[in-house]
Amino acid sequence: MKKTILAILLSFLLISNLNASSKEELLLNKNQPSEIKDCFETLNRATFTFNKALDGLIFKPAAKVYKTFPSPVRNGISNSLDNLSNLVTIPNNIIQGDLNKAGKNSGRFLINTTVGILGLIDVAKHVGLQNYEKEDYGQSLAVLGVGPGCYLVLPVLGPSTVRDSAASLINIAGGDAWYNVTVKNDTHYFNDFDYYSSMVTSGINFRAKNYDSIDSLEKNSIDFYASVKSLYLQDRQQKILNTNKVVDTQDDSSWEEIDN
Amino acid sequence: MNIKKILLITLLYLISFVNAYSQETDIFVQSLIDKTSKILSDNISKEQKITELKVVAKETVDIKGVSLYTLGSFVKTLDQSQQDKYNTLFENYFLKSFSSRLVDYKNPEIIITSKEVINESYTIVNSSLKGTSDRPEIKIDWRIYTKNPDKPLIRDLIIEGLSLARTQKEEFESVLNSNNGDINALFKILEEYSKN
Repeated sequence: MKKTILAILLSFLLISNLNASSKEELLLNKNQPSEIKDCFETLNRATFTFNKALDGLIFKPAAKVYKTFPSPVRNGISNSLDNLSNLVTIPNNIIQGDLNKAGKNSGRFLINTTVGILGLIDVAKHVGLQNYEKEDYGQSLAVLGVGPGCYLVLPVLGPSTVRDSAASLINIAGGDAWYNVTVKNDTHYFNDFDYYSSMVTSGINFRAKNYDSIDSLEKNSIDFYASVKSLYLQDRQQKILNTNKVVDTQDDSSWEEIDN
Repeated sequence: MNIKKILLITLLYLISFVNAYSQETDIFVQSLIDKTSKILSDNISKEQKITELKVVAKETVDIKGVSLYTLGSFVKTLDQSQQDKYNTLFENYFLKSFSSRLVDYKNPEIIITSKEVINESYTIVNSSLKGTSDRPEIKIDWRIYTKNPDKPLIRDLIIEGLSLARTQKEEFESVLNSNNGDINALFKILEEYSKN
């Protein structure tokens, strides 16, 4: 009897592993940067040029000023923005079936919003709730098997895909609690300004964190548009797979080709 | 000697061989990091730093391998003289790009954290660039080509999971696609980059 149970259990584990492996493989292949077509390249390049000009006029100078703020101030702002992003991450943890992470992130949000003074201090990481990873509706759709569609460059917001752009509409259709309490509903505590200023600050925070890398990339690229597209799609693939292991996302076939 | 003993000796030999083999890649990357850090912290001119960084890159990077990778299957459509021209232009481009990306870093602190032998040709060495008040900690992985164990060579740098070689390959592909696959357009851009 014991043997039968053990055999059933082993078969079950084996099947689950096979399924997991093929699901991951499917996710990897579907979101492989080289497989994502640039169907709107002319329009994308025009939008990219517009975004670059906007960056030079607004985001880069603002990031330069932001970088002069003392490190604790910048960390506080960054922590606070990360804390707000939990409001999108948690429902997406649930959609992706990752209840463990949903629980951890809810804990992080509660602790950091209260003890951490509206998220300014990341207290949660000191009580064992570290390694926060943002999730969004685009990643959830990808996990549910929706392909990325074509590559898309959005005005102001930057690189995306058709799937991810469509998924971001869920945020304004009730999927983002921060949007709901600021823009969608009149709560008397928050208003539209709070939402849009958090979005702009998030953009400046990102630009400041990557200030030198973006400048160096632009200076050393022979096709800056193509470099940004490649880096964005690689990053996206990594986030969808939720992996930090290089061997999970790197395609070795092109390397093998040159060795043969 | 019974079969168990033979198996044990074979196993121990294999384990020690694998350890020695992966340790070499660690030492190789660590020595490269030390050399680069010394150049960057030396009290010499920017031009001198660039010259020395180029020497280090020539010694430690498989520039020919990277050049073939970045052109992908397109390389097969080139005749010998085009391939030679491409290799020369790519080397100049790569050395300039590599040195100018690095030269502005001041005393970067990189710590090797682990390694993973993928197969006999490749080992991934994992490291981390210590964060400063200006930037967070950055994860850097090194793809080391180990086909010749006596002379390991770098083939790719993967920064926070983003492969520089892959980005380069997709950039070149884009240039070729925008110019109907005309290799001369890529040659011209590489020449111009190296001259400026």
